[in-house]
Amino acid sequence: MASLRFTPNLRRHVQSPASQVAGATVLQVLERYFEVNPRVRGYVLDDQGAVRKHVAIFVNREPIRDRAGLSDSVKEHDEIFVVQALSGG
Amino acid sequence: MTDRVWVGTRKGLFQLGRDDAGRWAIVGHWFPGDPISMMLPEPGGRRLHAALDLGHFGVKMQRSEDGARTWSEAAVPAFPPKPDGLEDKDPMRGVDLPWSTQMIWALESGGPGELWCGVVPGGLFRSTDGGDSWVLARALWDDPRRRKWMGGGYDFAGIHSILVDPQDVAHVTVGVSVGGVWTTRDAGASWKLIGAGLRNVYMPPELAADPVSQDVHRLVQCAARPERLWMQHHNGIFRSDDAGENWQELNEVMPSSFGFAVAVHPDDPDTAWFVPAAKDEQRFPVDARLVVTRTRDGGRHFEVLRQGLPDEPAYDLVYRHALDVSRDGMRLAFGSTTGSFWISEDQGESWQTVSRHLPPVLCVRFEA
Repeated sequence: MASLRFTPNLRRHVQSPASQVAGATVLQVLERYFEVNPRVRGYVLDDQGAVRKHVAIFVNREPIRDRAGLSDSVKEHDEIFVVQALSGG
Repeated sequence: MTDRVWVGTRKGLFQLGRDDAGRWAIVGHWFPGDPISMMLPEPGGRRLHAALDLGHFGVKMQRSEDGARTWSEAAVPAFPPKPDGLEDKDPMRGVDLPWSTQMIWALESGGPGELWCGVVPGGLFRSTDGGDSWVLARALWDDPRRRKWMGGGYDFAGIHSILVDPQDVAHVTVGVSVGGVWTTRDAGASWKLIGAGLRNVYMPPELAADPVSQDVHRLVQCAARPERLWMQHHNGIFRSDDAGENWQELNEVMPSSFGFAVAVHPDDPDTAWFVPAAKDEQRFPVDARLVVTRTRDGGRHFEVLRQGLPDEPAYDLVYRHALDVSRDGMRLAFGSTTGSFWISEDQGESWQTVSRHLPPVLCVRFEA
């Protein structure tokens, strides 16, 4: 299972505990997480299911490539981190 | 008489209250730090809606059932999936139009349990369950002329004004920046583009009267005479006596007919207030002298009101939702991008400074 963590800045708005989640892609991991934590979805993804413009998702320190479809593959023991994209000041 | 005013700002929702001596002050602050792009107090004062723009994390709706003692997250008006292969681009810049709510810009009560919500990038949503769920007004969104809407103050077009006819809640009229005036008589099943007599000077001359290219800054409706509308337009002040079908431009309004905000007396269709600014590159008060203008005769004459407003140079800009009038038509309140706030208890004759230190003010609403 992959390890999924969220920026602490999200905690002010919504409970988003770290979790171990199974899945072969970033989308599968997030969908399983949202089944348990449905409110978190709208903070990370937009209306079309793409990563919000000012949110970034890293897999093992590398930003994902497919921000619209989240098809980047995930392996056992990978670390996924959802953070605010630095933009503006 | 209304002794409470809600103020949505860049740094949270405030409530201002009046004490027995007639002094107004901040009496409450919620969502500190979060921009409140719009709020709606439903009649009765218990149920409130607040639209938060959380930046990185998107737009959120909060609802209170107990007059702001407690809040809980409610459903956000969200767009349906964009069909694969559909081309939907901003007409001026050619960039893809996001089918995703970027800002909540208008919230109004409809019939019992009904709400209407206007957003950037141009969607209109309706709720028939008090905000538990929202449905995109598909007939308006799918109208091919909607593809001509363009951004005004924001990157994409937005619906900022929603008028629900108090005598017929299926009759709804919306103002779009930039996209003109649209109206439905069947609660959104079909829409008509209206606005004869409107005029713009920012498009090629042959498109000056094109109803879809009108930059409506704000549209308001007289509650007692719903066919009377007032508009602050990018190019001036307009009045309609037939619910927006036809418009008359009111010229030579001093010190300027440019601005964003307008309020109309709920019972007197001939009385309306504006906060003028120098058009349109400066966007602060003409000669840095903040005033409110008022007509009491349907726009034949305008008075300049300044008693109690700053004597010193003022660079306050008043956004389109940042001026409101109380239900009895006696009290007015407005706030500015500079964080200043004023209230009048005599229809604008004189003003009390409530604060010069609020965050930038985005919307102002008297308690319903």
